[in-house]
Amino acid sequence: MTPLTYSAVAQYKRLSRKRFIIILSLFFSLILAFMASLCTGSAHVPPLKAIATLLGRESDFDTIIWEIRLPRALVAVFAGAGLALAGAVTQASVRNPMASPFTLGISSASGFGAALAIVLGAGRFIRTYLGGVTVSSYFLLIISSFLFSLLATFIIFFLARFKGATPETIVLTGIAISFLFSALTSFTQYFGTTEQVASIVFWLFGSLSKASWNAFWAIFSVSVVALAIFWRWSYKYNALLLDDEFARNLGVNPETLRLASMVLASLVTATIVSFLGIIAFVCLAAPHIARMIVGSEHRYLIPASALVGANILVLSDIASRMLLPPVIIPVGIITSFLGAPVLLYLILGKKRHWY
Amino acid sequence: MLEGLKIENLSAGYGNREILKDVSLEAPEGELVFLLGPNGAGKSTLLKCAAGLLRPRSGRLLLRGRDIREASSRELSRLVGYVPQSMRPAFSTTVFEAILTSRLPYISWGPSKADLERTEEVIRELGLEELAFRYINELSGGEWQKVVLAMALVKEPILLLLDEPTSNLDLKHQVEAMRILRDLVKGKSLSAVITTHDINLASKYADIIVLMKNGRIHAIGEPHRLLDGETIREVYGVKVEVIRGASLFVSPA
Repeated sequence: MTPLTYSAVAQYKRLSRKRFIIILSLFFSLILAFMASLCTGSAHVPPLKAIATLLGRESDFDTIIWEIRLPRALVAVFAGAGLALAGAVTQASVRNPMASPFTLGISSASGFGAALAIVLGAGRFIRTYLGGVTVSSYFLLIISSFLFSLLATFIIFFLARFKGATPETIVLTGIAISFLFSALTSFTQYFGTTEQVASIVFWLFGSLSKASWNAFWAIFSVSVVALAIFWRWSYKYNALLLDDEFARNLGVNPETLRLASMVLASLVTATIVSFLGIIAFVCLAAPHIARMIVGSEHRYLIPASALVGANILVLSDIASRMLLPPVIIPVGIITSFLGAPVLLYLILGKKRHWY
Repeated sequence: MLEGLKIENLSAGYGNREILKDVSLEAPEGELVFLLGPNGAGKSTLLKCAAGLLRPRSGRLLLRGRDIREASSRELSRLVGYVPQSMRPAFSTTVFEAILTSRLPYISWGPSKADLERTEEVIRELGLEELAFRYINELSGGEWQKVVLAMALVKEPILLLLDEPTSNLDLKHQVEAMRILRDLVKGKSLSAVITTHDINLASKYADIIVLMKNGRIHAIGEPHRLLDGETIREVYGVKVEVIRGASLFVSPA
């Protein structure tokens, strides 16, 4: 028997408080990771000096902190958060745990945009002393990559609009787009020069070495706007997770919510990917990790996903600089390397069926 | 008589397929109206129209004398508790939160104190206290059906529309669900329209039975007067034997 003092409301509040504390811990963990990111690298910066530099009281490390490490760490925070947010709402929108903006073809479209720009000579290519190839002029490449991501988004948008925005049509359209642009990328690689192919391959590895203040402002703006909008729609996602028709009875239009969410998630992904290249797995793994620690209530899941994504990317970036110095491993490789075992551990150790 | 839901000359369909043809019926407050009829007769379509999910081609739906087209979607959502035939949640959550989600038409940023208290009240009404913080994918069919009912009731609707609410339930849970439903509908003077394929269940609990066939209403009436071998044969195309005892029993002949 339930005791007379039983109160579901009190228990719900305890649950909410627990989730709030988890989110707060993720936030503090992110601050620590962020500071660590400022301190690690080829030149070690002591933590106190790093803080002093940020406050403008130390000049020895001005250049390294303000021009290199701070934009890089900030880009990692907001790119990680943005990718995770895009993943979380894509999973909710198409009601499928395997969906992410990447499975919708956004990344392959973006990759093709970049490859095309490189082959058409949009960037200049420079061999670095480590033997890698880097592209020095990014502007046209970023534009091209972004435009092709938008194209993929609009193909999904119009097909879904025309054929009805069911989860199945959206996912299948995404897969088709993904294959189409992969084929086009292979085509450009086949006909490109060796150097161009090297540049394309290098670009396809997502890397934070491309981070700049410009990248930061672009990624920061879209991620923050997306966070605000997605968070506002939390309860609509909660309803959509239960059932389409049921959500409709609650005053939510599933098709409109789905399309608006997908377009916004695609824009966020397109912006991030066009600046940094393809950083896989964050948008798939981060929402799942968040879901396993705070549940599927989107008022908590959305901020938690963003924080988990930011943590993953900042920590991966630190790892990418520490594993094989002085080589900086592209962070896209590390995120999968680091994220996959964490996700597998959570899935294998799970006490509940989440899906 | 109290006015609940009144449907006048309703026609509706999908694409160029017309499913409902000139349907008129009333679901007075405090009475359980059961929709019976073969698959494809238009029962679910009728519920969707009444829930405002499908726009009628012609005809009117009046809820307490007011045309539902005049109500905003938020308002309509508060007035009508609709439970689709089968809900397939994509991700799991707790029972309490699933029910709370249904308060959406009252929620702006987050649930208010009233939303939480109403959720707890419904949990008590349906005896779900033990399940409140279980995950919805860990429930049995009978438990889930009660949760679904709670999701409809938490909105404090004046009209309940339930699409085959007892299809997955064993006899004990069917009876339990129907008793809860009847007490709520009588106690709170709700209108309720329920579809089912179970003629015996309908004859036991219905105040009014509506027999549908090919998108039209074949007959309306009280169970004992309406259900006879001839009428059932006309609607379902099956010869049956109707046994009249303390309650009515229909069995294929």
